[in-house]
Formats: sequence, C-alpha cells, structure tokens
Amino acid sequence: MNTSAFAPGNRDAAKMMNRADLCKRLVARLRGDEAIIGGIGNTNFDLWAAGQRPQNFYMLGSMGLACPIALGVALAQPRRRVIGIEGDGSILMQLGCLGTIAAQRQKNLTIVIMDNGIYQITGGQATLTGRGTDIVAVARGAGLAQSAWAADEKDFEARIDRALAEDGPWLIAARIDDKPPVGQTERNPARIRDRFMQGLGVTR
Amino acid sequence: MSPSKSTTKTLPPWHEILLQVLKANQVRLITYVPDRVLTPLISAVHADKFFTVISPAREEEAVGIVAGAWMGGVRGVVLMQTSGFATLPNVLASLAVPYQIPVLMVVSERGTLGEFNFGQAMVCRTMRPVLESLGIENHTIARLDELEFIADRTIQQAILTLAPAALILSPLLTSARTTRKGAAQ
Repeated sequence: MNTSAFAPGNRDAAKMMNRADLCKRLVARLRGDEAIIGGIGNTNFDLWAAGQRPQNFYMLGSMGLACPIALGVALAQPRRRVIGIEGDGSILMQLGCLGTIAAQRQKNLTIVIMDNGIYQITGGQATLTGRGTDIVAVARGAGLAQSAWAADEKDFEARIDRALAEDGPWLIAARIDDKPPVGQTERNPARIRDRFMQGLGVTR
Repeated sequence: MSPSKSTTKTLPPWHEILLQVLKANQVRLITYVPDRVLTPLISAVHADKFFTVISPAREEEAVGIVAGAWMGGVRGVVLMQTSGFATLPNVLASLAVPYQIPVLMVVSERGTLGEFNFGQAMVCRTMRPVLESLGIENHTIARLDELEFIADRTIQQAILTLAPAALILSPLLTSARTTRKGAAQ
C-alpha cells in the first residue's frame, strides 16, 4: 500500500488506541451491507457492543478462524465487502491464512488486527506480538502487500474508507490498550448463524 | 480382490464418480490439503471450471473457508487425509456443529490395510471415535458400486439437516489396484 505520510513503520511507532472505540468507528464507516466476521473473545464482544447488525458473524469458538471464515464469505459473495476482525493471539494461531488470502487475491476482503500484545481474556499473558513479532511485517511477508499499521484513530478511519472503496485484500493493524470489552455477545450459535445468513440474503 | 468385479468393470473410476456427485449437488468450492490418494480428484477439479479450488495451509483453515462460503450461499467440501482430520476436533466442535453448518469432508483413509507410517496408523484409530463423539454422520466407502449412492445421500442429508458430514474413502475403494510398493504416500 502507498501508505500515508504518517504511517508508522512498525508496531512500536503506532499509537495505542482502544478496541471498543475502534469498533464503533469501524461500524460508523460502513455503507450498509458489508459483512463482518468478529474473532473469538473480546474482539467480537466489542464488535457486538458497537451495534448489532445482521451482517455480523460472532465467533464463540474456533480460535484463529475469523480470516478464513471471512475469506469464504468473500468468495461466495464477491460483490459484498467483507471484513474479518481478529485479535493478535488469534491470528498468531493461523498465520498460514494470510498467505492463503494473498494467493487468492481476494479483492473484496479486509483484515483488521486488534493487537494489544496479550491474551487479555485469559489473564493478560504476553503474546508473541508483545515480544517482537510484527503482524504487518508477517502479513507483507505472506504476500499481503497492502498491509499497514494505523497511525491513530483518524488514520484507522481513512484506511477503512480506502479498503471499502478500492481493491484488496487489505490488512489494517491497530495497536490497542488492555481495557476490558464494553459488552458481551449473546451465546446462541445457531441464532447468530441464522441471523447472519439472513443478513447476507441467503436462503438455504 | 475387488468386491464386485462384474460391476466395477462398467463403472468410471472413483474420482470421476465423486466429481459428478459434487457437481450434481452444486458443491462448487473445493478446498484441500494434498494427499497422494486424492491426486486424481484434485487434478480433475483443478481442470474443471465448474469448481473454485483453494489449497490453504491447514485443514482447519479449509473448514473455516467452507463454513464462510456456505453461509454466503456457496456449497463446499474439504478434502484431506486421515492425519489432516486429526487436526479438526476443535473447529468441528466449536464452529461446524454448534453453528449448524454443513461442512462436507472427504477423508482418504490412511493408517490401515497396509500402512507403513506409525503416525498415520495411530491417528486412523482416533478418527471414527472423534466423529462419533461429536455426533457427526460418517460413512466409510469401500465399494465402487456404492460410492454414488452414499456420497449423494450423505451430501443431501448434511445440507437438509444443517450438520457436518464425513465420507471416508477406504483403500479398498481408492487403492485396490495398486501394488504394495505403489501404496499411498
């Protein structure tokens, strides 16, 4: 990506933001029918809290699979923009999927990584991103050339706007704090799936 | 050796039958982690424009892709070998089963009937108990003349009942004519 002049070159240079705030900003930038896959745990709790939409899919398990699920949705509905939101601990579990998405050149797909460097939900143990792994560098190495850190909230919004308007695949990484989520997703998998399919206009 | 010599003579090879069953059921997305036994099927779907084919790094990823595609209105299948299935209990238990997503799986059975690899032999013993404990419909196909019926009905039932399902391809089906030295890699 031709990054803006303010694009930080690495994780340490990115401003520390807040996941709930960024989820609200993300949802506010949507045009209406974009699909969002929220990764397990606090990532989808804050997505839920940012306003429930029938086009949102909330993962209650299968850690690490937000991006593959998002890729599947994007493949099935190439005219719809699809966003996968994943935590650092989750994406670290399934780094190969970055290469899969790059090889597939999935134009309508955007990955957002919320990176606080810890397994927040299990007690704050350090993840590898807190100890030197830079997800943007990994993504670029996997072939996702349009990968960048968000410098701050305004930059995050500008990158979301661009990702929703231009060909992807995109990866936007946001460095976030360790504040707890502001909501909690309803735990009813079948209902989540059914509502999501209705939101995508799919009748089985 | 062949269980039904008179009928097998007139039937196409297993991979052609399976490809036609997938087509007939509108299963357009093929995901796979490679396997020697599955090679003729993999080559055939790559060569056929009806299919979209993706080979991700792990079987788990493939299940995620197929689950997402199905929710988006496209049917898919995951092709793998026995050791690949052994990596899947978590995603089946926490995505496909509770969310009621009919992820179709085709597993070429390694680890039995002449296996040379210790690891394959061990994971083969875990496969059916895992499927049974998760309540996942599964059928082992050993005969060419039963392949179309079992595969077709299993796919239909999976979709109609919103449940994942596994087709296990026995060496009796896929390798009956190979010599011992030519066994699966």
